[in-house]
Amino acid sequence: MVAQKKGATARVSEDPEELARHPLQAILLADSFTTKFRPITLERPKVLLPLANIPMIDYTLAWLESAGVEEVFVFCCAHSKQVIDYLESSDWSSQPNFLVTTIESHNSISAGDALRLIYERHVIHGDFVLISGDTVSNMSLTQALQEHKERRKKDANAIMTMVVKQSKPSPITQQSRLGTDELFMAINPDTKQLLCYEDKAEYSKGFISLDKTLIADNPSTVLHNDKQDCYIDICSEEVLSLFTDNFDYQHLRRHFVKGLLVDDIMGYKIFTHEIHSSYAARIDNFRSYDTISKDIIQRWTYPFVPDVLCGNSAIRVERRGTYRASEITLSRSAQIGPFIVIGQGTEIGNDTKISHSVIGEGCTIGSNVTIEGSYIWNNVTIEDGCELRHAIVCDGVTMKSGAVLEPGVVLSFKVVVGQQFVVPAYSMVSLLQQPTQQDSDEELEYADSSSGNVELPSKLNGDITSDLSETRHGPTSELGTGGVGYIWSIFEGGHDEEWRHSVAPIPTDKLAKIMLDKDEDEELLTQDGNVLSPSGELKSDSDANDSEDGDNEGSRDDYVSFEKEVEATFLRAVHENVKVDHVILEVNALRLSYNMASVDCAGAIFYSMMKLAVESPHSSSSELHRNAADVITTWQNLLKSFLHDIDEEIEVILKFEEICLESAKEFSPLFAQILHLLYDKDILEEDAILRWADEKEGADESDKVFVQRAEKFLQWLREAEEEED
Amino acid sequence: MAGLNLSAVSDDEDDADRDDRPVLSAAAVAAASRSTLRPPSLQTLLEDVPDSAAVPHTSSSGGDSEGKSKSADKSSRSRKLKHDVIEAVNELIQDINTCHEQIAEQAVEHIHQNEVILTLGSSRTVLEFLCAAKEKKRSFRVFVAEGAPRYQGHLLAKELVARGLQTTLITDSAVFAMISRVNMVIVGAHAVMANGGVIAPVGLNMVALAAQKHAVPFVVLAGSHKLCPLYPHNPEVLLNELRSPSELLDFGEFSDCMDFGSGNGAPLLHVVNPTFDYVPPKLVSLFITDTGGHNPSYMYRLIADYYSADDLVVQRRPTSGN
Repeated sequence: MVAQKKGATARVSEDPEELARHPLQAILLADSFTTKFRPITLERPKVLLPLANIPMIDYTLAWLESAGVEEVFVFCCAHSKQVIDYLESSDWSSQPNFLVTTIESHNSISAGDALRLIYERHVIHGDFVLISGDTVSNMSLTQALQEHKERRKKDANAIMTMVVKQSKPSPITQQSRLGTDELFMAINPDTKQLLCYEDKAEYSKGFISLDKTLIADNPSTVLHNDKQDCYIDICSEEVLSLFTDNFDYQHLRRHFVKGLLVDDIMGYKIFTHEIHSSYAARIDNFRSYDTISKDIIQRWTYPFVPDVLCGNSAIRVERRGTYRASEITLSRSAQIGPFIVIGQGTEIGNDTKISHSVIGEGCTIGSNVTIEGSYIWNNVTIEDGCELRHAIVCDGVTMKSGAVLEPGVVLSFKVVVGQQFVVPAYSMVSLLQQPTQQDSDEELEYADSSSGNVELPSKLNGDITSDLSETRHGPTSELGTGGVGYIWSIFEGGHDEEWRHSVAPIPTDKLAKIMLDKDEDEELLTQDGNVLSPSGELKSDSDANDSEDGDNEGSRDDYVSFEKEVEATFLRAVHENVKVDHVILEVNALRLSYNMASVDCAGAIFYSMMKLAVESPHSSSSELHRNAADVITTWQNLLKSFLHDIDEEIEVILKFEEICLESAKEFSPLFAQILHLLYDKDILEEDAILRWADEKEGADESDKVFVQRAEKFLQWLREAEEEED
Repeated sequence: MAGLNLSAVSDDEDDADRDDRPVLSAAAVAAASRSTLRPPSLQTLLEDVPDSAAVPHTSSSGGDSEGKSKSADKSSRSRKLKHDVIEAVNELIQDINTCHEQIAEQAVEHIHQNEVILTLGSSRTVLEFLCAAKEKKRSFRVFVAEGAPRYQGHLLAKELVARGLQTTLITDSAVFAMISRVNMVIVGAHAVMANGGVIAPVGLNMVALAAQKHAVPFVVLAGSHKLCPLYPHNPEVLLNELRSPSELLDFGEFSDCMDFGSGNGAPLLHVVNPTFDYVPPKLVSLFITDTGGHNPSYMYRLIADYYSADDLVVQRRPTSGN
């Protein structure tokens, strides 16, 4: 290892000149090696799918060009021919100072394979940018590159810089706005070194585990849950050789990044670069397709927005973010809402309503059609009276009159939906039959069976026509009369999760259900004492551990600190107007973590309330009484929720006695009055008060002070009882 | 043709993002591609040359020698034409390079002792203009409105201080409060329309209105390359450009407002970041160009010196991809 390090430092010394000589290179993976965009990706590679009417790869290439990259290697695997044909016919192949070279492969099943293949070609010299063809960004690479190079000079093991961006995950669904799972990153705030990368935190367990040495070795570590991985990496040459050395690395993050972080023999380090004012995001699933499309329309990706990318004023932005290409035939009565894109040569009929949607080129849309939050690609025919909500409709689809797409539907190429047919929510419809799950091995979950499917499309493409005629002749089809296409069955296990990654927003009832489940989970979790609270803060579990030694002294201390916690919670509730339900939840959590009985809660809350009353300004005892009455009236519901039975009510009275004797003697003259108040407010039952008086019968004289004070009240209670009898 | 394109690219007045973001280059490219001001007379001349040279070849049924001599004649004519065009373009480039000095020479006539000058954002012409007055030993003060959201005014203030000028930096919203102490407003422009209206960095219309309210002269500095033969009511002219909202607010902080996964999937937050303002001619007191000071109503005459009436028919070329 020492020898290797020496070698590395020797190389570093000549690095500057070496770097200066080489133009900046980039590897663009034009294959995502996933199946998230199926069934669409069976017929067309993901990077050529239109994003606001422009193929995704154009956004990536345009950014690479503007960021100063001079040579790009486009790695194509699935549908490589389509990608290569597209690049050759586009302007990218003839740009000066921007060389686009394609590398074709037919048997790569993962990003790891791709990088191994590129390594064998020996085309990468020096630092390079690793990006996939579905990334949209407008960041400047200058600073990130400079940081990367400076770090490399100091430490040859700093081989990769990952670009991250702040983006808050939804607290309810635990997923980012891009539909990816909530990501936890531990980053050293001083050096920006990445220490931990966890994208599959197990919420069933409710915690993430960090290596102990990670805390020990780093003086400061910040655990983020609001960072989004942009999948833009600046890598040194070593990255490629590492992939070759570790032939089992497949996934860039799951294997490579985590592998490096865990491996402490080689000592390779990964750093992060956070971008603030610029944009970067990767389209990973249908939800991110929706989100990023909207970001583009809202111009966060400026200058990579449709009107600028197309150039020559082919597309113009109008008020309220409407992008219109030329030669659109638009009926006067059509209502075109805000934030939509309409492609060239599209016709839109009478009384059609369109909002928050993207409509491609050459589409024909009939009358009385409603389109909401949908993505309609090129040459689609939508007949009169159709309704589309949050759907993706690919090229050449025909929707016969009155057809309805429920939220989350994806219609792949050339599907025909029959008249009046309602396509159920979240269905995937394609002309191709769903490939049988040939690899259900867990092993291939990431490899995504692309190996089998690389040839599949071409084979199937040949079959399409025969397929088509077959279905046409058939009486029926799954898509109503005259419909053509197969509705795919949902993959096993994925059934209840499809709403997560769909283009449709998550239905509110789903959200409510998750919220409910989570609350229950949380209650269970709090018992363990070390819960990951929704805000992502880690509660210290030291207090909980203390209580485990069961001796009396310890539990007494515990009670005091518990009381303090409850008081703090209560005060916060008072000052910040927290809802009663939340306070109850918090106090319950505290009770569980301190291992207290519910009796203690009632006591502690009552204590906090009285303390609040005493501490608010007052000059006479009558004012104090009014204060106490105010507090009790306001928070009676809180107190009541902890008074389930008579024991707890007695505890409250005892607690009150204690208060009057010890902490707030001012209350002692008011004892009877407040007791009456509590009775009036139905907080204390008369049984409880009488039981308390009875219990005190046999006590010392000194203990009976308060019973005597309340004698009148007790008398009245007893009489009332007798009268009733 | 090239001259105009070039003017759009080299327009440092308002687009001078001094941090080298890729946005700049792309914005410049966008500006160039947006500038549809291609005088067709020149354009067609240049573009038709190869075509007309090719035509005789195919149509010459008479004899090869005749066709050849014809095309040779054509090519010599086209070479001459090209030469002329290149010369004219070079002249224009030189004009653009010297216009700052020529405008700045007039500074002493306009800026007097102990005056207070207000400007917004950053403009190289304004900087040179102020410095020229300073060099002539005029002592005056400059109020610089910062020019949100790009805050180019901060850079201008820095430059001015470096050249030894008394500078006060204010927010854009403080312009109205300060205008009563100002003797003259001097600003740069992105383009001057044929009616004397000005396309200028966002916020200037507000400054112009404040100046009018307090009867403060509103002076626009513009090199003659900023003159534009179009009228603002012409639909071919896109008066504005919407830039990224990230100049206004931090995406990360607001990312939870833009989670389309909940609600009805429609974005509730919309941030608009226009780049330009249109200042109508009645609010402009004086234009100072490299040929001297002019009234807004005179601008169309000035423009006629640069553009022939034939050139005013703006013709859009067929779009060819990028």
